Amino acid sequence: MLEAYPDNRLARILLWSFCALVMAFLMLPTLVVVPLSFSSSNLLEFPPRAYSLRWYEAFFGSATWMAALRTSLILGTLTAMIAVPLGLLACISMNRLGGKAAVAIQGVLLTPSIVPGILLAIGLFFVLAAQRLVGTLFGVLVGHVVLAIPVACIVLLPALARFDWNQVQAARSLGANWARAIGGIIVPQLQISLLSATLMAFLTSLDESVISIFVASGQNSTLPKLMFLSLRDQIDPTIAAISTLWTVIVVAVVLIVTLRQKS
Amino acid sequence: MTVIADIALAADARRERHFFLSLSLPALFIVGLAAILPILWIIRQSFLTTGGEYTVGNYEKVLSSGLTWSALVTTVELSFGTLAFCILLGTPLALALASARPRAANLLMAFVMLPLWTSILVRTYGWLVLLRRDGLINAALTGSGLTTEPLPLVYNFTGTLIGMVHYMLPLFLLPVYAAMRDIDANLVRASASMGATLGQTIRTVILPLSAGGIFSGSIIVFIYTIGFFITPAVLGGGKVNPLSIRIERTLSTFQDWGSASVLGILLLVLMALIGVMFLAARRLIAGHKVGTAHA
Repeated sequence: MLEAYPDNRLARILLWSFCALVMAFLMLPTLVVVPLSFSSSNLLEFPPRAYSLRWYEAFFGSATWMAALRTSLILGTLTAMIAVPLGLLACISMNRLGGKAAVAIQGVLLTPSIVPGILLAIGLFFVLAAQRLVGTLFGVLVGHVVLAIPVACIVLLPALARFDWNQVQAARSLGANWARAIGGIIVPQLQISLLSATLMAFLTSLDESVISIFVASGQNSTLPKLMFLSLRDQIDPTIAAISTLWTVIVVAVVLIVTLRQKS
Repeated sequence: MTVIADIALAADARRERHFFLSLSLPALFIVGLAAILPILWIIRQSFLTTGGEYTVGNYEKVLSSGLTWSALVTTVELSFGTLAFCILLGTPLALALASARPRAANLLMAFVMLPLWTSILVRTYGWLVLLRRDGLINAALTGSGLTTEPLPLVYNFTGTLIGMVHYMLPLFLLPVYAAMRDIDANLVRASASMGATLGQTIRTVILPLSAGGIFSGSIIVFIYTIGFFITPAVLGGGKVNPLSIRIERTLSTFQDWGSASVLGILLLVLMALIGVMFLAARRLIAGHKVGTAHA
């Protein structure tokens, strides 16, 4: 856009140096953790004087951390398995109904992403407490599914808008019932979008902390909940190892999604 | 004959509509159960005593407490502070990205999005490492002789604000970048050929045309920052107490469900107020633009 000002080199240099600083600001906190995770010291010295894998060993050797990792992975998988089918059905519904009905459904389904997380967390805590369900896997799962549904819809709704409905009409007129039409025609064609939605729903659950902090406890504590407690109470380089692993996993997932979308 | 056929068709259409409506029921049910019911529950809870009788006592107690008002002020300060820095840092970045070549812009966007995909806890931890008394930034500042004493950068308002700006900047950037990328380059060229300086073009062409994106970005910043919990809880070190922290404290220390609910409703009211304010401001600016176009 600024190529209309070819002579204004100073402005351009200033703009790009400013941007380099902002980019450094954005990347630094994520990257600084990586070398620390390989430190052999108890202290958070930077750069570390000697390197080791002791903090990775501490993570994988700890029963508490492993239980939390297992809970988080189970929750993420269940969340994706529930939220994506529900989101897909809701998106088909919105796509076919159109008009005010679709706007109303969308409005309701997007509430969880607009209401502050802390409100959802205490509200869910109250409701679950009344049913004596606080601390159960079920309670956290419901909270995560509700956050993942809007995410799934945001991915699937535009994908469905590009879908050619005549194919479904043809299948229907040849005698396929709806379940067959959805499973046999819509699902295979939306494969890539469904994969993205699944990974995004999984990540939403994996990264969710506020609801977990309020609703999960004991055996069902998630990784973010334990990380939060440990960050608030004492800073231990185990967190650096977990953070590094976490970032590597997330970057890998995002890369897979982007590359598959491109191809 | 055709009338009967029409009636049959209409019945078919109605049946199909009901069928499609029913497809969204499972999702609506879960959202109702786990998002809307809990909010209604908070509203009810705010009018209940610990014994379960109806009262407005919770409101009196919470609204007469100085802690509530200082929490409200902190919440607003954090939100507006975060927004100010997002505009200051994000708008030039969006401008640079929008004027870069597509390949370079895509690559840079991937870097900008990296923090967006990193866990908030990872980022908070990173900031603790950087900002502590003996952290990397203080070591660099004292080592280079810029300061003699390490600066208090974390466990206070400054640290919380840094963490929040870091979290919100990519989310703010996305709509602003999209708006700037969509500006017709010919308008900028026209402005330049008419003799406008770069500053004038930015002020009179680029910024007004990306105002919609800046507005969307600002609303996103508010939606997120009003209820922000993790960052003030960790980087605030107990000294920064916005409404979200007061809610948690009221619940965990006093088990006072009624007061926690009232604080939750305050949060909702604050969100609604700021939302209305934003819409009014947007209308005002849009009206102003129409006015100048006619003049």
